[in-house]
Amino acid sequence: MYNKGLIVPGLVVFVFIATFPFWYNGLSAGPVPKPELPPGGEKSCVAPAAVMRAEHMTMLNVWRDEVLRNGDRVAVVVDGKEYRKGLQTACMSCHTDQEKFCNTCHAYTAVKPYCWDCHLTPANIVAKKEKQ
Amino acid sequence: MDNNRRSFLKIAGITALAGIGAPVAAHLSSTPALASAAPQEGHKAAAESGERGGVRFGMLIDMRKFYGHPDMLDKVIAACNKVHNIPHIVDKKTGEADRKNEIKWIWKTPYANAFPDQSAVHSSKTIAGNDFLVLCNHCQAPACVRVCPTKATFVLPENGIVAMDYHRCIGCRFCMMACPYGARSFNWEDPRPYISEYNPDFPTRMRGVVEKCTFCEERLALGQQPACVEAVQDSGAIVFGDLNNPESQICQVLARENTIQRSPAYGTQPSVFYIV
Repeated sequence: MYNKGLIVPGLVVFVFIATFPFWYNGLSAGPVPKPELPPGGEKSCVAPAAVMRAEHMTMLNVWRDEVLRNGDRVAVVVDGKEYRKGLQTACMSCHTDQEKFCNTCHAYTAVKPYCWDCHLTPANIVAKKEKQ
Repeated sequence: MDNNRRSFLKIAGITALAGIGAPVAAHLSSTPALASAAPQEGHKAAAESGERGGVRFGMLIDMRKFYGHPDMLDKVIAACNKVHNIPHIVDKKTGEADRKNEIKWIWKTPYANAFPDQSAVHSSKTIAGNDFLVLCNHCQAPACVRVCPTKATFVLPENGIVAMDYHRCIGCRFCMMACPYGARSFNWEDPRPYISEYNPDFPTRMRGVVEKCTFCEERLALGQQPACVEAVQDSGAIVFGDLNNPESQICQVLARENTIQRSPAYGTQPSVFYIV
């Protein structure tokens, strides 16, 4: 091997820099977020919690396309409870605190969904009322 | 293999015939469904000039009931603005309404602006002294749909409403250029600070998207009338219904009364009719 004296230390430095974020945080990903369950005490959702956790973004996109593009606004009925397809009409009616529910995991996983650029949270509505 | 000139020419001749004949055979045997699938859904509706089947929602505005009642016009506009979280944009310096940035779904305008192809010379005092209610015409051949590069605006096949999907709008404003009625508004800035009261059932819009009247599609789904129709329900000044159903109230009034459309010469086939 030519230039062994340069390559080996160089590789060691590279591996150290590349894995630095892991060392720096003590090989831990931080405390796992605990999103707040609905304050109203609702126990069931449109799908089991594990499915919602993994698939809610897909479901919201499917709902969006059904409602806006296919004109299918028929409410989803699960266990006798009606959910009008939509972030504001279905999700926020139980999960009333976007900060303590949506944002906890989104911040942890560093995703920035743009839902809230247009869709209103209950907190937005309360803030607007107080301003008046 | 015994290859001579004779057999080579035979094979070449048959191959040439097959080559010429294949496209013709493929064209003749193709199904008509496949052939008509070429134009895409929303754009197809725009390209068709004939009557489309199924439900086609339309509106009839009886302006005679609004003459001398500007408060009724304001009531209608306020009802729409409240239901759809429409901002009232004011100039930060003067505090007056900002005409350049305004967002309007249904609004009032003088006769000459509402009906530019009608003569406004020597018009009656009623015509000259009253504003007219205008909104998106939900055209059967909408120019805005033809120009939209992302299909953010499209014709809903089940009811003929020219709908908007704000998720898809990239804010190019081609539709605003295309619409001959000025029915589309662009959000030059975040509209939220200019909304006085939120309707929790409806989203707002964000900076950089175009918006317009949707014939209250979300209210129709709940079995309600559009907000403007409901606001003046007791006077019956606005009739809403299916233009393709001769039994509907709107068709019966259309059959009885003389009505006009806004700029019909553009060939957009508006779904909003006026009695003036």
